[in-house]
Amino acid sequence: MIVQAAPIRAKRVLPGFTLSLGTTLLYLTVIILIPVLALILKGAEIGPTRFWAIVTSPRALAAFQVTLTAAVVATLFNAIYGLLMAWVLVRHDFPGKRLLDALMDIPFALPTAVAGLSLTALFSANGWIGAWLEPQGISVVYTIWGVALAMAFTSVPFVVRSVQPVLEDLDPAYEQAARTLGASEWAIFSRVVFPQILPAWLAGCTIAFARSLGEFGAIVFIAGNIPMQTEIAALLAFIRLEEFDYNGAAAIALVLLIFALVLLFISNRLQAWALRHKAV
Amino acid sequence: MQTVSHSGPVASRLMPRLLIGLAVALTLLIVVAPLFYIFARAFAEGWRVYADNLLHPVTRHAIWLTTITALIVVPVNIAFGIAAAWAVARFRFPGRSLLVTAIEIPFSISPIIAGICYLLLYGRQGLLGPWLMEHELQVMFALPGIILVTMFVTAPFVAREVLPLMQAQGSEQEQAAVTLGASGWQMFRRVTLPNIQWALLYGAVLCTARAVGEFGGVSVVSGNIRGQTNTLPLHVELLFNDLNATGAFAAASVLTLLALLALVVKSILEHRRG
Repeated sequence: MIVQAAPIRAKRVLPGFTLSLGTTLLYLTVIILIPVLALILKGAEIGPTRFWAIVTSPRALAAFQVTLTAAVVATLFNAIYGLLMAWVLVRHDFPGKRLLDALMDIPFALPTAVAGLSLTALFSANGWIGAWLEPQGISVVYTIWGVALAMAFTSVPFVVRSVQPVLEDLDPAYEQAARTLGASEWAIFSRVVFPQILPAWLAGCTIAFARSLGEFGAIVFIAGNIPMQTEIAALLAFIRLEEFDYNGAAAIALVLLIFALVLLFISNRLQAWALRHKAV
Repeated sequence: MQTVSHSGPVASRLMPRLLIGLAVALTLLIVVAPLFYIFARAFAEGWRVYADNLLHPVTRHAIWLTTITALIVVPVNIAFGIAAAWAVARFRFPGRSLLVTAIEIPFSISPIIAGICYLLLYGRQGLLGPWLMEHELQVMFALPGIILVTMFVTAPFVAREVLPLMQAQGSEQEQAAVTLGASGWQMFRRVTLPNIQWALLYGAVLCTARAVGEFGGVSVVSGNIRGQTNTLPLHVELLFNDLNATGAFAAASVLTLLALLALVVKSILEHRRG
């Protein structure tokens, strides 16, 4: 049975099919599938009427709204900042470029709790940046801007790292042709370069958005977690758990899970589009 | 932007400088400042206070708990990663691409949702709760829960580095080894492992960094019991809530140093892999 599963005769030579596939399936089932199934079962157990009542309660709606709004702001920032970074790192040479490139990995490497702690202190009234912003009447900590800032920090690398390789692989012939034909630099960027990096850019933005919706560690520090104002959905689910309201927690978590899976689907489609684009 | 369209020599030299300047300024503000601030605040009250903060028994316990978790999770993840890559790269079977998607699932699920999943399974009111109570097994709010959730969050790290490499390398060398009479273990140790060692190490470094820094998932299943189930990232939050900012930053500085170390090792490995 197992030998038949491998169609190419030569591949039957290799050992370890049962062992490796068995280990993989066991690990995935125990560590990922069963726990996720537990959430889905719990969600199904609640029943549609109560489920709807939980996720449309004013506090839950406010939490979803805060999460979505801040994630949109964070993603818009990263869409522009990420594009700028990818462009500068690929197209220009300057001292410290390699360091700047390496710095793009910091938000991934740094534990989110550490990022949250530092951003909170930095932007609070007596921090380096907050001390300068507060007199201008701009408060970041304990506002939705703080939530967006934490989301933006933790998802910085996604757009840069998706656009960078595509930009590196671009065929310079099109740009040269456009330049020879007298196109302005802006026209070359917007009509020749941008359409080619668009799929990768959108894919990066989608992943950044998904990551922002799920972010927790950095946000709990900076948000102040005021119900109806700066309370994010993930935190509300956490609070429901601490109140032993398992139904409430499961319903909110399930909505976030559905969001995540839909965004995963979209980003996969975008990446497939980006690959096709590259092939053409 | 319009001025650039009539790009004379001045404008074409100015624009790159403007873009580079903007990129550097934003990065300083968003990435570099938070990084520096951690150390600035950790040492704000001097070396003595910093050392005292780190040597505090509760902090030491948190460091120990985080170390134990990583020491268990990372080797298990390496074994899983190799097994998954071997099965997917070397054999064809129905549901193969579905398996690859399943391995990547933890990347798109928020850690806090992972934590909730585990609580709904192993918690007192969870699916397995009554059975665990009967046998007096404590999973939630204890080390096993912390380890399990960290395994969930880090599941894809080694597999996703090793799998593409194994696929790109093909299996000729391994087939030759087996044909010449090598046992499965000999083939793995002498052919497969040397071929994937740098990718394996790379994945292990990323996995370690993630395991050490995990917050959301662990925060759900640990119960935050001071001196017992408090990992280092959770300890940072605890100290912050205690208004002990210098202590929180001292603990955070340890995590930051580990993160920076991981980045250095990562870039060395990238260099090695070419």
